[in-house]
Amino acid sequence: MNQEHIRNFCIIAHIDHGKSTLADRIIEKTGLLTSREMQEQILDNMDLERERGITIKAQAVRTVYKAKNGEEYIFNLIDTPGHVDFNYEVSRALAACDGAILVVDAAQGIEAQTLANVYLALDHDLDVFPVINKIDLPSADPQRVIDEIEDVIGLEAQDAPQISAKNGLNIEDVLEQIITRIPAPGGSAQAPLQALIFDSLYDSYKGVIVFCRIQEGTVRKGTKIRMMATGAVEEVVEVGYFGAGQFIPCEELSAGMVGYLTASIKNVSDTRVGDTITDDERPCEKPLPGYKKVNPMVYCGMYPADGAKYQDLREALEKLQLNDASLQFEPETSIALGFGFRCGFLGLLHLEIIQERLEREYNLDLVTTAPGVIYKVHKTNGEVIELTNPSNMPDPSEISYMEEPVVSAEIMVTTEYVGPIMKLCQERRGVYVGMEYIEQTRAMLRYELPLNEIIYDFFDALKSRSRGYASFDYEIKGYVRSNLCKLDILINREEVDALSFIVYAGSAEERGRKMCEKLKAEIPRHLFEIPIQAAIGSRVIARENVKALRKDVLAKCYGGDISRKKKLLEKQKEGKKRMRQIGNVEIPQKAFMSVLKLDEE
Amino acid sequence: MKSRRELGIYVHIPFCVRKCDYCDFLSAPADRSVQEDYMQALLREISRTAQLLGKKTEDYEVQSVFFGGGTPSAVGESWIVQIMEALYRHFCFSGCPEVTIECNPGTLTKQKAAAYRKAGINRISFGLQAADDRLLKILGRIHTVHDFERSMETARSEGFGNINIDVMSALPGQTLADCERGIRRIMAYAPEHISAYSLIVEEGTPLFNNPDRYPPLPDEDEEREMYYRIRELLGQGGYRQYEISNFAREGFECRHNLSYWNRADYLGFGLGAASLFEGCRMTNIRSLTEYIKAAGAEAVIGEEARLSREDSMEEFMFLGLRKTAGIDGRDFERMFGQTVESVYGSVLDKHIKLGLLEKTGQSAYRLTYKGVDVSNVVLSEFLLPRD
Repeated sequence: MNQEHIRNFCIIAHIDHGKSTLADRIIEKTGLLTSREMQEQILDNMDLERERGITIKAQAVRTVYKAKNGEEYIFNLIDTPGHVDFNYEVSRALAACDGAILVVDAAQGIEAQTLANVYLALDHDLDVFPVINKIDLPSADPQRVIDEIEDVIGLEAQDAPQISAKNGLNIEDVLEQIITRIPAPGGSAQAPLQALIFDSLYDSYKGVIVFCRIQEGTVRKGTKIRMMATGAVEEVVEVGYFGAGQFIPCEELSAGMVGYLTASIKNVSDTRVGDTITDDERPCEKPLPGYKKVNPMVYCGMYPADGAKYQDLREALEKLQLNDASLQFEPETSIALGFGFRCGFLGLLHLEIIQERLEREYNLDLVTTAPGVIYKVHKTNGEVIELTNPSNMPDPSEISYMEEPVVSAEIMVTTEYVGPIMKLCQERRGVYVGMEYIEQTRAMLRYELPLNEIIYDFFDALKSRSRGYASFDYEIKGYVRSNLCKLDILINREEVDALSFIVYAGSAEERGRKMCEKLKAEIPRHLFEIPIQAAIGSRVIARENVKALRKDVLAKCYGGDISRKKKLLEKQKEGKKRMRQIGNVEIPQKAFMSVLKLDEE
Repeated sequence: MKSRRELGIYVHIPFCVRKCDYCDFLSAPADRSVQEDYMQALLREISRTAQLLGKKTEDYEVQSVFFGGGTPSAVGESWIVQIMEALYRHFCFSGCPEVTIECNPGTLTKQKAAAYRKAGINRISFGLQAADDRLLKILGRIHTVHDFERSMETARSEGFGNINIDVMSALPGQTLADCERGIRRIMAYAPEHISAYSLIVEEGTPLFNNPDRYPPLPDEDEEREMYYRIRELLGQGGYRQYEISNFAREGFECRHNLSYWNRADYLGFGLGAASLFEGCRMTNIRSLTEYIKAAGAEAVIGEEARLSREDSMEEFMFLGLRKTAGIDGRDFERMFGQTVESVYGSVLDKHIKLGLLEKTGQSAYRLTYKGVDVSNVVLSEFLLPRD
């Protein structure tokens, strides 16, 4: 099939505006699958994704559409993750497309990620056309949203399809506009090979399966390929395209096509997203633009609850890493928690996903320490350390100054909540950059915020203070000098390394106080009184006491039912097993995450 | 004639006039026909068990019988008489066993008391709970202090010389002064035995589900103060503590209860009743309709576990240490062929150091007062590691 009949596109949307549902309908209407074969959301094939209602890994599907003009078209629909943690992956998925469908909720209108995604798509020179979804909702106001799209984004929207992806309404309009409003791919099948990796997947039989968009040239079985950034060279074993939920081998992939290739590659890190594949014997002149190595932004310690499971945790992390090159880990030791790993993630959501997968798919019980960012410590001797674990912080006397990462944040909010949201940003040490009105009732706030202030619960706070009306997007801006200190926690006068964290000096006292309160609630009473202290260096800034246990006695043992009594005692003993012994004190595993919940209530 | 082994018998009557707000025992109000079906089933279970045991019943001498509930006095006394007759028929009662029935303080009539007495019942346990009408009402009890006084007189005049009164502390709205006044009043009735225990708010009870509808519960410190004060007052009044929540005049310790702590064999009859027999712990099923259907025809045991050597050692410790006298290592050695220190040396040492256990003889141990307060924590440490 010639390039004229190929359309490579993606769907972009704010979270919950119906991206995945529209993708399902497109696949359904293009007829590769019967309705019965349709799973609820075909593109999201990981259980976890379905439960969270988000798409984690970019994926693609190829379908065939018979248009009203009687011709058949190949649609390559590339799915993109919808969360800010995966921004780089989104940008690579976009780079593999020629156009994008912008889905906007007919009731909610434009949100922060709508704008962020549109700008990202336009940056990649994609042709974007809007679709108004959820017109079946009673609160739908399509004309207002159309005007908003034209005014705010400047996209022609009067003939935007008005659809209900959920009910399958007007999907044909979308399919026809894909043909008319998205351009066919360019490139020449005879040119030297130049293909963009936009995703990859580890399969235990085939090794790494590389998802790519061919910009120039042709690749087929036997082609000796080279990854231009990593330098890895392999011989292609198989090429093919994406059926819904399966890989379908074919003869070759040529310019304009989207598909996969395998080449007995053992490690996903050899095939980095964004890298360019070329023919080792006839290389292209230069790689495609935009490649960067993604680095973790958020770090935390992960320890097996049962120390004997250390090897299991290592193996599980290695397996996850095969599929997720952005996950990093290295062994570390904690006095309190024993052997574990310091793990790096793209963001807090990424962290949570990995944590859940370890617990669910690998059946591991984990203790996770408070997440932190990478701080730059400038020492008096001129050395600069990148600090990912608070325990490694040098003595204050050796520190000249420290820097922390900040982000540029855009928050879209209805005007009535501007006040509370500005207050929130100020509490989080935000620096006001500006505000513009998108329309009369909505404004876009711009702030610079320290990353460590938003990795905990900023998103939740944003939602609760705006009754769910605020939306949020950010990108890393860089490092700024900051007055930071390490807060230590002492339980029964012993420092617990796994509870230390780095904090802005100005909020240290408050955080220390809250932390002590939180731990007081988490630590069960013992046979003796337990002081909990927060300290900076040797200076104690907050203190709480867990009172000694006065009473734990089962008064009556009824009708000689000794088994019941024994079960109670067993429960008591069992409870202790799930604790960490620090000195004489037993601390529940979840206490180590307390710092995450300091701003609750 | 060879000497017989001790046997206790427990009979469960799962009926009551009204369920109290703190109660999580297996009991409920029921109409007369259900009660009759149940009592018939109970008789069938007793005779079937006796048949299965056959000649074995002759190896055992019944030391104690205990009718518990619910409220055993809520069913017609003729049923109780029939049960006693069945027990006499099937088991050996040569000595002078302790036979207890729990009675609601408001429902003991002269006729009832006389019938019980005639059937060989010689001990009555009144679930008075509080000697204060205000507190009784809060708990959802159906009787008043005055009702109780009448029942108490009836019991005495019918010749019951061994009476227990159950009393609770740490009740909603109760102060230390209330508690003291209550315990003095109870001592004034001069029972031979007093069970004093703190209210435990159990899941699923009205008190747990709707705490706002009740006056506030005393806090933990007040609760302990009440317990200490009760212990002190009862001690001064000549009631000797022999178990965490049991006090008695010399010679009136409840034999049936002690047999639990001493791990003597006992058979439980009725819904949800528990037994320990020849190294096996059994618990009957807890569904009334199933019990009525099955009793007499097939086994009504819901759970059954043969005690391993470790199980028995654990029980020896966590049951024995409930007694004020504690445990004697010589008994342990006789039973298990090794010293208690060889199994529990480090646990014993640890808790002696913490002041929760004390050594009272060559190899004898008991909980200290402080240890009693946190006895669950201490006793749970006597569970042995398993894999």
